[in-house]
Amino acid sequence: MPLLEIKNLTVSFDTAAGPFMAVQGIDLSIEPREVLAIVGESGSGKSVAMLAVMGLLPNTATVKADRMAFDGVDLLELSPSERRKIVGKDISMIFQEPIASLNPCFTAGFQIEEVLRFHMGMDRAQRRARAIELMKLVGIADPEERLNSFPHQMSGGQCQRVMIAIAIACNPKLLIADEPTTALDVTIQKQILDLLVGLQAKYGMGLIMITHNMGVVAETADRVIVQYKGRKMEEADVLSLFEQPMSNYTRALLSALPENAVGDRLPTISDMLFEPAPSAAATQPATGAAP
Amino acid sequence: MSVTVLEGKNIVRDYHVGGGLFRPSRTVHAVKGVSFSVDKGKTLAIVGESGCGKSTLARIITLIDPATAGELFIDGNKVDIARDGLTKEMRRKVQIVFQNPYGSLNPRQKIGDVLGEPLLINTDTPADERRDLAMKMLKKVGLGPEHYNRYPHMFSGGQRQRIAIARALMLNPSLLVLDEPVSALDLSVQAQVLNLLADLQDEFELTYVFISHDLSVVRYIADDVMVMYYGEAVEYGSRDEVFADPKHSYTKTLFAATPRADVASIKARLAKKKAA
Repeated sequence: MPLLEIKNLTVSFDTAAGPFMAVQGIDLSIEPREVLAIVGESGSGKSVAMLAVMGLLPNTATVKADRMAFDGVDLLELSPSERRKIVGKDISMIFQEPIASLNPCFTAGFQIEEVLRFHMGMDRAQRRARAIELMKLVGIADPEERLNSFPHQMSGGQCQRVMIAIAIACNPKLLIADEPTTALDVTIQKQILDLLVGLQAKYGMGLIMITHNMGVVAETADRVIVQYKGRKMEEADVLSLFEQPMSNYTRALLSALPENAVGDRLPTISDMLFEPAPSAAATQPATGAAP
Repeated sequence: MSVTVLEGKNIVRDYHVGGGLFRPSRTVHAVKGVSFSVDKGKTLAIVGESGCGKSTLARIITLIDPATAGELFIDGNKVDIARDGLTKEMRRKVQIVFQNPYGSLNPRQKIGDVLGEPLLINTDTPADERRDLAMKMLKKVGLGPEHYNRYPHMFSGGQRQRIAIARALMLNPSLLVLDEPVSALDLSVQAQVLNLLADLQDEFELTYVFISHDLSVVRYIADDVMVMYYGEAVEYGSRDEVFADPKHSYTKTLFAATPRADVASIKARLAKKKAA
């Protein structure tokens, strides 16, 4: 049984100019212990699709799906309070900007313990012990000291480690990482990616990696979904995606990597004369501002 | 015959961090004696992690901050803004493009005014001429005259970075400092902006100082590479030298940390995973 199964997911936002379709009919499934990467440019709907799974979209969004099941439970049928028991415990998410996603008013320790109190009902001593254990697990030096640090006292890499500690606090079955390394340096990026993949293997989690960096995909994923303007362009295992990309768009993305540059110019997406499906062009009048 | 546009000798920059009632003041050595030179039409890339002093160095080269010690030559003339101040002539020679195109444009200023402002401040070009020059520059960077009266929020990230580049080029500088110009952009937009930079360099014979932490971009655009680590230049040489034979251990770490997207390394990773 797949861990997460999504069929025909559509997300639209109400805007002044009428509904805007951010995600148009995405199918997705992830098995336990699998690393799935979702790749696409900004505006491709990759984050929105995952926020819909988490139930974190604002009220202006309409989420429709034929099926959205996590571990056999249909997420769309659940009441908000039932859903809150799953989200943050069995499915958890790491966001792009570590410093912005932690609360500046509370210490790292408080924010880790908050999850443990809410979902696991641990008492104070248990929470403290588990928080220290988690801090060690994500590779923070002096965990006892750092529990009392505020986010502004830590570097971006350390904040991202705290975010990961919060996300894995309840041993989730599925971890969604939304561009976890985009704001970080390459050396720190490497450490965070190694940490995520290491934790995934150690605890047998499913891991969904949202990214626009093909290098990150190559280093972590088992299977890859390529998304463009809210539609799925291609789904393949990582090796065949890089060896033999099927869709024009994937090929364009891969050739835009600077290390693949042939000659003086980098090919860009528009050079590849990428033709979206005719219906996509018709339903998306708002994309004229793309550079 | 190559002409050296930019030369730095032993550039040092210290910041004094003022102490409080119970804390003594201390000195942070942000840049510790860095030397470099760039010829006309070439690109020097400065690589390093955050906090290594690369942006401090960029501010010194752009004549925003003075160096604490050391000598800076631009077009062969010694420049010391701490002693002489900054003349309009000097400002016309060096311009900068910042990392975040969302933060570096005034949200209440129309694009036409953004582009006209360098001319207004540094030259006595009349208004109608400023307008013509701005229109021309918009076309050069791949935008159109219809964008002249729009505000920054009406543009995408890649377009804003084009505007920032256009603004920097309004004064026909000989040296352009690019402080992580593409790291906030998507892959395909990044490719477009890099192409634009390469075209402009050919057209105007621009000299670039390109600051980045992305080695794959550096490999694509640079002629010379300088790797900085804790304020020191630990590696400096031509691109091929540095990439073929990194000498310092930090450079090697940096290369090892860069994700590789070729088929061979994916195969190696999958094989390793299967074995584990």
